Amino acid sequence: MLKKIILGICALSVVLGAVTPIAEESIASPAAVAKPAPQTATEILQRIDDNRLSDGKIAVMSMTIHGRRGDRTISAKSWQRNIQDSFTEYLAPAREKGTKMLKLGDQLWTYAPDTDRTILISGHLLRQSVMGSDLSYEDMMEDPVLANNYNAAISGEEILNGRPAWVLELTAKKDDIAYAKRQLWVDRERFIALKENLYAKSGALLKTLDVNAVMQVDGRWLAKSMIYKDALKKDGDGTSVVIESLEFNDNLPETLFSKASLRK
Amino acid sequence: MIKFLLKGLLRDRSRSFFPVLTVAFGVFLIVFLDAFFNGALTNMYNATAHHQTGHVKIMTQAYAAEAEQSPNELALLDLADWLARLRAEYPEIIWTPRVNFGGLIDIPDQNGETRIQGPAAGLAVDLSAGSPEIGFLNLEKSLVRGRLPEKAGEILLAEDFARRLQVSPNDTVTLIGSTMHGSMAVNNFTLAGTVRFGMAAMDRGAIIVDLRDVQNALDMQDAAGVLLGFFADDAYNNQKAETLKTAFNAQYQNTADEFSPVMCTLVEDSGLGSYFAMASSAMFIIALIFVAVMALVLWNAGLIGGLRRYGEMGVRLAIGESKIHIYLSMLGEAVLIGLGGSIIGTLGGVLLGYWLQYHGLDYGAMFKDSSMMVENVFRAQVTPSSCIVGFIPGVLATLIGNALAGLGIFKRQTAQLFKELEN
Repeated sequence: MLKKIILGICALSVVLGAVTPIAEESIASPAAVAKPAPQTATEILQRIDDNRLSDGKIAVMSMTIHGRRGDRTISAKSWQRNIQDSFTEYLAPAREKGTKMLKLGDQLWTYAPDTDRTILISGHLLRQSVMGSDLSYEDMMEDPVLANNYNAAISGEEILNGRPAWVLELTAKKDDIAYAKRQLWVDRERFIALKENLYAKSGALLKTLDVNAVMQVDGRWLAKSMIYKDALKKDGDGTSVVIESLEFNDNLPETLFSKASLRK
Repeated sequence: MIKFLLKGLLRDRSRSFFPVLTVAFGVFLIVFLDAFFNGALTNMYNATAHHQTGHVKIMTQAYAAEAEQSPNELALLDLADWLARLRAEYPEIIWTPRVNFGGLIDIPDQNGETRIQGPAAGLAVDLSAGSPEIGFLNLEKSLVRGRLPEKAGEILLAEDFARRLQVSPNDTVTLIGSTMHGSMAVNNFTLAGTVRFGMAAMDRGAIIVDLRDVQNALDMQDAAGVLLGFFADDAYNNQKAETLKTAFNAQYQNTADEFSPVMCTLVEDSGLGSYFAMASSAMFIIALIFVAVMALVLWNAGLIGGLRRYGEMGVRLAIGESKIHIYLSMLGEAVLIGLGGSIIGTLGGVLLGYWLQYHGLDYGAMFKDSSMMVENVFRAQVTPSSCIVGFIPGVLATLIGNALAGLGIFKRQTAQLFKELEN
């Protein structure tokens, strides 16, 4: 789940100008290697994927669900490798602590320590909300490489939160993609989506993502804080996600990404 | 006079047999249909009250607005306080909290991994010893295998569901659901027993769990989705329910607070009000049609009888009996025929109604794919009203028929009588 959130955060790369400039943070240093400016929407999409996806990363995040009866914060640590696989362990609150999730390719398992059961999440369970948030397990199962799934077109340019941005229209290449259309506001210098609207095939708005803080890690600009909102939910103020720490690591242990590690 | 009329009727079968038979058949139909509709309504009221709505139901306003989804995140909190308050203020009502929830029943293999899964419709009720819920849900009689839960962590599954999942009593089953905060909840239970509810909608995938277990499993401590109230005699009374609702809502409902409680009645909550009104109208229309048809038939019979008794009437007029007296005596005969037919018809209807009340009619096959909360075995219900409901139409139809046919008497001319008699 973290994986999706992290990927989502990255995907929705920051910016957009206006009244309040977006918060920025630099965690690690190295200067990014200068690349030629992209000329087409497809090249922009490729740059977004290059910026946010990596072979391995470790992140600690907190997720605050703004529900009708108040807020609830959940924190978790996630390890991700090869874009497709991730392992997540929930750290708080006490009731969720020790719950683990493992995603290997297109399969997702959850482990509940109280029952010592490993459950394959499939079928209609995939449409269930992750911990009551505005994210679903189905979101986690999406192929994170946008360029694999969407055709892109530039529909305009705007200033969002003080940052110059392209407005990209993404149209799904296949029918079985959860969101048939996406609208992205992409920072023209940092290649991070600052805002994203996700639509169904019918054109109905399904979800929105607004990045309100960014950070630079090892030369990449990534979302630090964002709000995810399920547009179909009549109530609640969405789910805030904050990346507490993030580190790129291409040498994550192989044993971590196995069902055996869920019970450890 | 009555004795005289009776003798006449009994000695002349053509005047009594066919009209009595006709009236008896019509009254039989009315009485039986009355018992049939009573049974259908009672069946529906009981099934709905016991399994879904209670006689009155309390929930938060937010929950009520989305009640068909059982939104447990909008559940009523401070349950213990509410129960204490309600039991003090309305001691004549049996108050019982429930949680409706959905989820998956997951059966593990020897390695603890999923062997088979099935979607479940869960109901959490108080299963402690002496709880009225055991009676409301008829759990003891519904048991097919095993026993009722006796300790924490035990669960009941619908028999058909258990067979589909290939589990038996004492097996471990895992419930995968959502906490009231939306997190995934995974909890192990021991299958205590299996039940058959006789309702297709529940037999497909119902699970019954003790309320405390579900409160723990779904993180709903001191909360319940709904609080049901049942009248002590377990018979729904719409007037009493409405009075209770009005008083409760006036005291506790706060439109500015979506989490304040609201009470609704069985009829409101289930939408059975329109069904009840429809059934009552149907009964009235059936009775009306019966009276009209019977009146026509008996009018016709009266006309034929009048023709046959043309001479008799002439003689009676000729010897000085007044037209009105003859007419009234005919009406007297009609009343006797109506009463006789009504008694026979009522007896027949009541007897068949009783038979259907005790033996029942299993029509479960018709509802095997239905989600309606109706019992598979239909039973009629004979009530005191069944014994009198046919009488008025039975007597009225005979009276109207004969009154119309007898009008011909007034057209007879006394001066012509002897001439007619000579012919």
